[in-house]
Amino acid sequence: MPRKRMGERTFAFKRPPYVWSSGSIVGDVEAAGPLGEKFDLVLEDDTWGEGSWEKAECKMFEHAVRIALEKCGLETEQLQCMLGGDLLNQIVTANYAARQLDVPFLGLYGACSTMAQALLLGSVLIDGGFLGNAACVSSSHFSTAERQYRFPLEMGTVSPPTAQRTVTGAGCTVLGAQPPESGGRNITTYNGVRVKEATLGKVVDMGILDAANMGAAMAPAAASTIMAFLRDTNRTPDMLDAIITGDLGVFGSEMLLELCDDEGIKLAGKHHDCGVMVFSPDQKLNCGGSGCGCPAVVLNAHILPRISAGEWRQVLFLATGALMSPTTSLQGESIPGIAHAVLIEKES
Amino acid sequence: MEKNKKAAQYQQRVKELAPKSKTAQMLIKAFLVGGLICCIGQAIRDFAQFTLKLPEKDVGTFTSIFLVFLGGLLTGLGVYDKIGKFAGAGSVVPITGFANSVVAPAMEHRSEGLVLGVCANLFKLAGPVLVYGVGSSIIVGLLYLWLG
Amino acid sequence: MGFTKYLIVFVVGGLLCVIGQLLISLTRLTSARILVVFVTAGVVLTGLGLYEPLVEFANAGATVPLTGFGYTLAKGAIEGAKQSGVVGAFTGGLSAASGGISAAMIFGYIFAVLFRPKTKK
Repeated sequence: MPRKRMGERTFAFKRPPYVWSSGSIVGDVEAAGPLGEKFDLVLEDDTWGEGSWEKAECKMFEHAVRIALEKCGLETEQLQCMLGGDLLNQIVTANYAARQLDVPFLGLYGACSTMAQALLLGSVLIDGGFLGNAACVSSSHFSTAERQYRFPLEMGTVSPPTAQRTVTGAGCTVLGAQPPESGGRNITTYNGVRVKEATLGKVVDMGILDAANMGAAMAPAAASTIMAFLRDTNRTPDMLDAIITGDLGVFGSEMLLELCDDEGIKLAGKHHDCGVMVFSPDQKLNCGGSGCGCPAVVLNAHILPRISAGEWRQVLFLATGALMSPTTSLQGESIPGIAHAVLIEKES
Repeated sequence: MEKNKKAAQYQQRVKELAPKSKTAQMLIKAFLVGGLICCIGQAIRDFAQFTLKLPEKDVGTFTSIFLVFLGGLLTGLGVYDKIGKFAGAGSVVPITGFANSVVAPAMEHRSEGLVLGVCANLFKLAGPVLVYGVGSSIIVGLLYLWLG
Repeated sequence: MGFTKYLIVFVVGGLLCVIGQLLISLTRLTSARILVVFVTAGVVLTGLGLYEPLVEFANAGATVPLTGFGYTLAKGAIEGAKQSGVVGAFTGGLSAASGGISAAMIFGYIFAVLFRPKTKK
């Protein structure tokens, strides 16, 4: 029995899964951001011709998977498992997309941490020999999230400066047990990109009550997972090329650096945040992007291509989730956060 | 114990470091837009009183109905949320803001049907206003009776 | 005369909104709660006899903000109580404000059916 555990909560894969391909779809506000040209598909109209935004989000989810599968030359019938989720109640987006795709499906909920959760579980199942390939997906939509978590769209309200905008987007990563060019498929998108390690998150709650300040609520969870990873694997931040969080936003990132600083860990220079990268400050969207779709589209359109090109060789990718609901907020509960991490490496 | 202390420290730090809203700027905007909406209300009042020559007691009601119509229409056209983003409380406090809080959730839930979608959500946000307003007015009426 | 009247309306109405903005900025009250606070404040101030003078002074500047809605309700309830006692205290408020409330219902329904919400940029 090979030992696949390190320290307190880190997995070290013995047969690290390969990243085969990516798919990403975003709305027009995301396309106007700095990463605009990198996405596979941009929706000019964020209802995508559907009767409701919920249906549109579902369609994005489904098509992000289809785009990723097409890129690695896999038929939907050959996909052995789809793992994913979204922000809506009962993760309906993922459920209904799985109905359309007709593939084996594990629905996940980790709020905005879902992308990392899916990568972690997908890698475990592949490394364990249970799956030959897996699609890891998550999505969010500004208009569906706004209605479920905040106010109706046409309400004249001002969002506070700590608020973040939910990203309209879906991202899919296909993982496989063999190198992408195996099995006679001639389409190769990524070269030698593998998921080597993963660290489980703990739910951390520092008592932040303000649902318009989720970055600050999730930063302690991110700090906890980063420190656990560094401890478990005996690394320092200098040994990595980048540590990338999901959607802490401008202010949450600031708090994360502070928290790590307290423990004597310097992240400055190494740390990036998808929520900060996805929008430009000129777009005046307060603290940046958030939502399941945020880390999903930035990972698939920006981070993985950079790793494959060798610009980054070792990246710790964390997605952070705020695990509250509107009901718990009204009942005066604070916002618990979670962060899962995967270490993605370029094979030399 | 240690954990609680750490959490309290963190909350304090978040409070200190969090970006602050531009209060002064928002106050001026709220003042200007709020004042303007009231002036529109006054113009409607004058129109009802001097042009339509409505009886004194109906002038106020006419003005309310007209403003609710305007607020609702601008909400439907997708303009009121933009005014709100600019004006903050300047467009929340006037009665047009009340109309906005009625129409916005009803529109949003149109996809769930006319009865449980539109109608059930008409007063989702404005219902509390009616409950508190009418409830407290009854108390005022009763107090008036008993205390003179 | 006309200009001063409108200036008073503008300043008083604007100041009431400034109070609302202070509540939003300093206490993080949501707009739904602001509306509740304003309508209740209007009712209470009218009951204490403090709002009537403001309405006489500023007209629409005092009646258009939601405190004015509270004023209409409280004034109606008091008149009702005068005319028909306890029953009037119950019916007076809503009768006086029924125009605005009925308008909100019918226009709300019509606009919700006619228009589709648009996403924010």
